[in-house]
Amino acid sequence: MKNKLYDMPIYMDYSSTTPVDPRVAEKMIPYITEDFGNPASRSHPYGWTAEKAVEDARKEIALLVNADPREIVWTSGATESNNLAIKGASNFYSKKGKHIITLATEHKAVIDAVRECERTGYEATYMEPEPNGLLDIEKFKSTIRPDTVLVSVMLVNNEIGVIQDITTIGNICRENNIIFHVDAAQATGKVKIDLETLPVDLMSFSAHKTYGPKGVGALYVRRKPRIRIEPQMHGGGHERGMRSGTLATHQIVGMGEAFKIAREEMVEENNRIKKLQAKLLKGLTEIEETFVNGDLERRVPHNLNISFNYVEGESLIMAIKGIAVSSGSACTSASLEPSYVLRALGRSDELAHSSIRFSIGRFTTESDVEFTIALLKEKIGKLRELSPLWEMFKDGVDLEKVEWAEH
Amino acid sequence: MIYLDNNATTALHPEVLKAMLPFLTAQQGNPASNHTFGRNAHTAIEEAREKVAISVNAHPSQVIFTSSGTESNNTIINGIAKAYPDSHFGFSSIEHPCISEPIKSLANQGFKISEIPVDSNGIFNVSDISSEMKQSLTFLSVMMANNETGVIQNIAEIADWARENKIQFHTDAVQALGKIKIDFEALDMDAMTISSHKIYGPQGIAALIVNKKIDLLPYMQGGGQEKGLRSGTENIAAIIGFGKACERSSENRVVFNEKIDLLRIALEKALVDLGAVIFSEKSHRLSNTTFFSFENIDGSTLLTALDRKGFAIASGSACSSNSDEPSHVLLSMGVDLDLAQGALRVSLGVENNKNEINDFIDTLKDEVNRLKQLTAVAA
Repeated sequence: MKNKLYDMPIYMDYSSTTPVDPRVAEKMIPYITEDFGNPASRSHPYGWTAEKAVEDARKEIALLVNADPREIVWTSGATESNNLAIKGASNFYSKKGKHIITLATEHKAVIDAVRECERTGYEATYMEPEPNGLLDIEKFKSTIRPDTVLVSVMLVNNEIGVIQDITTIGNICRENNIIFHVDAAQATGKVKIDLETLPVDLMSFSAHKTYGPKGVGALYVRRKPRIRIEPQMHGGGHERGMRSGTLATHQIVGMGEAFKIAREEMVEENNRIKKLQAKLLKGLTEIEETFVNGDLERRVPHNLNISFNYVEGESLIMAIKGIAVSSGSACTSASLEPSYVLRALGRSDELAHSSIRFSIGRFTTESDVEFTIALLKEKIGKLRELSPLWEMFKDGVDLEKVEWAEH
Repeated sequence: MIYLDNNATTALHPEVLKAMLPFLTAQQGNPASNHTFGRNAHTAIEEAREKVAISVNAHPSQVIFTSSGTESNNTIINGIAKAYPDSHFGFSSIEHPCISEPIKSLANQGFKISEIPVDSNGIFNVSDISSEMKQSLTFLSVMMANNETGVIQNIAEIADWARENKIQFHTDAVQALGKIKIDFEALDMDAMTISSHKIYGPQGIAALIVNKKIDLLPYMQGGGQEKGLRSGTENIAAIIGFGKACERSSENRVVFNEKIDLLRIALEKALVDLGAVIFSEKSHRLSNTTFFSFENIDGSTLLTALDRKGFAIASGSACSSNSDEPSHVLLSMGVDLDLAQGALRVSLGVENNKNEINDFIDTLKDEVNRLKQLTAVAA
């Protein structure tokens, strides 16, 4: 069924961004209208009200991940959090060494921040994950060097939804006295995070992947043992000097409310979404020659990334306009390069091109899933009817062995 | 409560809220996504970009959205430092900390930096710059209008001077936007910072206007949004609000200034009658800003008294009012420490009216006279 209200396609792209929950929007609006003060204004109640709202929201972020509110630093989003964590920590602890380890399947904001460190004299190792998208612990151990200063591994992958074993990775970092940063932008509200027990030093959060507004995020900075970072943005000394800039009160309030809802409703919501995922998986894998990308067990229920063999990627996207999906990470899907994440899993360019990320969430219904399955079955059937490759495959030709004539 | 602290932040205008609401509540996409949701978000952002550009007569392609004035200033300074490693950074002594602090942090990386003083009226004079300094400087940042005193610099003259001397020139126009006419093209400068929440737009959004003749290297890496200069998913609702706020402030600037000028003149007359010193009184200033001090009255006592009577004003600059240090702007103008310590700022806004200012003046008279008597008794 089409989304009649806006005459828009059905939204199956929650990993790209989520709609703001109406309860969140409602909570935000008073802080852009009557309670508009600058939280740094100490001389009048407008400032005090804004400051209290900011501190209440900070508590909500801390509650969701079982941290101390004083460990939460506001930022403009996960990109800024990742940049602040990676550059800030590696610069502060550069005396220990100048080697950084991360995964080839991290978000661009991590990869490119690490590349920037390389530009300023650091060495980096971009580890390839296993074909299921997970990091091999033994290989990770052997990558560690005495001068490794920072490791950055994301909790939940944005494209394939796999959950890394950050407890084990973090413990290894602890043993080797390495700062451990985790990008959890895709994880909040989807997996339980307990920073009291997790051996994580720095963790990035985003509001707009968890039904909060765009333009706000946070960085967790551990207090015990105390982790230090060099600020990347200098100015009025907000956020205990770690991040200057006037705080956007209404956005912060929105993030607080979004994380509160996530904390209260996560278990129930995930059960519901898990059922939808199972239905979607069953329906779509009834189509011949489909491959699920990424481990199915260690995965959030919100994500399914599937390659459809013998279908040309661009034609597929054009054919399924009735649903809004991603063919790779949203941040880079403007380019036609195959997803670097899927290539890191060892998928061929062709399969990477013909892969679709279905990401579902709070407002996805069973009929949305049914519509999606029916649409994909119909369109893939049609596209394959037109495909000579599909015909050859059905005739039993091994396409790997075909010698194509030069033009 | 009467709000007289509009240089710290302003109340969102209802029209701006109205423009933003659909982007806060309805289903919205990530502007980087290729589907309808994403494309709609992208189009809305480009329309807002055009509005922001028009308000300062820049080209839309010169507008880079950031999360705050602080981020814009950090972006230009760090971006220049990366692209031009031999830079010598100059800044006026009255800059906001989000200019002076990032420049000072560059000194640790081996960059040459120079703080250039203003005169006792708070004016930055290019004629006072030594010829050695002129030879050596490669980058200069001077704010268009000061957040504390409201003093407006002769930016056109400074920009000309900088261009003649092949010095990259940036201005922090956060306090100037919406209050004075800004023409980025005519000023022919390299970069300018503007912010939304000082012009009745939302907090959390600002812009850096960049002339393409300078190379900038990005300060934050990631998805490559904003032509690679500012990665991170765009803050759509705030961008829409910023666009609307820019459009409104250009349309209403003349009327705003006429009205506010009268209110400020009345206020300043009363202040002078009560014996207050108005800083940079004779300088060309923003129509909404009065920065003053009474010689024998403790500023924070007066501030608290006024707050109890329902008037919100500021002591020094809101952004650094976490500290009790006297205003660095006043100290650099050569104002006595005692007088600087007691400085208070009234910054008027579009919503203030004659009755409110008359009430404020009456209350001020009562409180000042009461405090003077107390001081006299104590003496």
